[in-house]
Amino acid sequence: MEFFVISLLNGVSYGLLLFMLSSGLTLIFSMMGVLNFAHAAFYMVGAYVAYSVGLKIGFFPALFVAPVVVGLLGAAVERYGLRTVHRWGHVAELLFTFGLAYLIEETVKVIWGLAAVPYRVPAALDGHLFTLYSTSFPKLRGFMMLVALLMLLSVWLLLKRTRIGLVIQAALTHPHMAEALGHNVPRVFMLVFGGGCALAGLAGVIGGVAFITEPSMAASVGPIVFVVAVVGGMGSLAGAFLASLLIGVMQTFAIALDWSLAGMLGAIGISVNEATPLYSLWKLQISQVAPVLPYLLLVLMLIFRPKGLLGTRAD
Amino acid sequence: MLEVRDLHAFYGKSHILHGVHMTVGDGEIVSLLGRNGVGRSTTIKAVMGMVECRGSVKFKGEEMVGLKAYQVAHKGLGYVPENRDIFPSLTVRQNLLLGQKGKLESERWGMEDMFALFPRLKERADNEAGVLSGGEQQMLTLCRTLMGDPSLVMIDEPTEGLAPKIVEQVARLFEEIRKRGVSILLVEQKLAIALDISERLYVMGHGHIVFEGKPRDVREDAAMRKEWLEV
Repeated sequence: MEFFVISLLNGVSYGLLLFMLSSGLTLIFSMMGVLNFAHAAFYMVGAYVAYSVGLKIGFFPALFVAPVVVGLLGAAVERYGLRTVHRWGHVAELLFTFGLAYLIEETVKVIWGLAAVPYRVPAALDGHLFTLYSTSFPKLRGFMMLVALLMLLSVWLLLKRTRIGLVIQAALTHPHMAEALGHNVPRVFMLVFGGGCALAGLAGVIGGVAFITEPSMAASVGPIVFVVAVVGGMGSLAGAFLASLLIGVMQTFAIALDWSLAGMLGAIGISVNEATPLYSLWKLQISQVAPVLPYLLLVLMLIFRPKGLLGTRAD
Repeated sequence: MLEVRDLHAFYGKSHILHGVHMTVGDGEIVSLLGRNGVGRSTTIKAVMGMVECRGSVKFKGEEMVGLKAYQVAHKGLGYVPENRDIFPSLTVRQNLLLGQKGKLESERWGMEDMFALFPRLKERADNEAGVLSGGEQQMLTLCRTLMGDPSLVMIDEPTEGLAPKIVEQVARLFEEIRKRGVSILLVEQKLAIALDISERLYVMGHGHIVFEGKPRDVREDAAMRKEWLEV
């Protein structure tokens, strides 16, 4: 029970962090048709900027400043890069964001160095939120959940309750028609791209303290964010939310479980030992295959339900 | 009001319009006729800034070629697409609000005017637009564009696939639009309607204008109709 509740909480908080990342990716994809390979790089920039800015003004002000900086960077990338590349089609856009990811990573290395920076948990978030039986749940994890939920709520309110949200929703599916009605769709694209990057930056501010702020941090979440977007359904925020939680929880449980096929077969009376063919496969523990599980899910999803959990477009 | 001169338009490498000349006056209803594929829809899309084009489009004396579609819309040109391009997952009311260019309703048209003209839209105001019938969607696209208060509205094939009763309603709306001082450029397949409501007509063939005249001229010129219109 204790294991279950704590793993679930850890899984949900990790899932919510994934959602902060994948929501921006999904918004950008559904509106512009651009699969932004550099998305995780913006997450990393968020962490580094928050670290540097935080040294001067503290963690909590940096929590607001860093996403704004990353958002402006994203908007500039859209305005002066993507918009020009757009006319050469989606493949060119894809290659552009692919190159951009490396460019950002190398720039980060030049500015902050190759080693991890000492971006630490602020005192207010250090320590335990509560202790359940004998396991404690860190404050930082709770804060991560709080920020993600507040972000979800604000994005939802922005999309559903404001005029610009209405225009965004219209431009998501029918950009040409929205523009013919007099809405400045290119500017909306820039706002959405910048906004999506700002969300990634926000995730970085938190992910940076929760994990390690180093140049490889983009590469460590990048692929998983794509899995979330595909499994959830390209272009569906609700799908991204569901898939983030699913993958977050799945990952956390899988890492903690030492079950293996050999053990399970043993439990029902079938003995598996060194003499059994492929013994090394049978004795693999779930925790050992945990990193592969999301990609397995991705592959299965693409085969059996290519539009994802809640996706609306099949292409 | 609208003066199109030597307009050429392109889709990728294919050259669709080969020098179109036409005008629409204040408060005038003008129809653009022709068989499928001669470039009627492309003409109004080009005026709207939605396809790559060359030449001159003067609206109220201002050059439109080179402007983006949203800028053209802000100058007072309205566009009603032929494929009933509503926003299907949004409600009827939200669709109408999106027609508005700012937060406020225009003086000429408001939400209540649309509901008075088409009570059906009022009944379905909070339904998703995607579940409306074809005729209702057509009314919605028309009303949505009017909410933006254009002084010239370009309408592409509004009666295609509609039941006769709804066609009548649409024709009544055209009268209402003209009464409020808005010009109409209509792309229409049904010759009877076009002759009935237009003051002048243009006929297109192979990417340019092949005939210009009043409804009477079209009725009298059987040879022209046979060559350019009848299937």
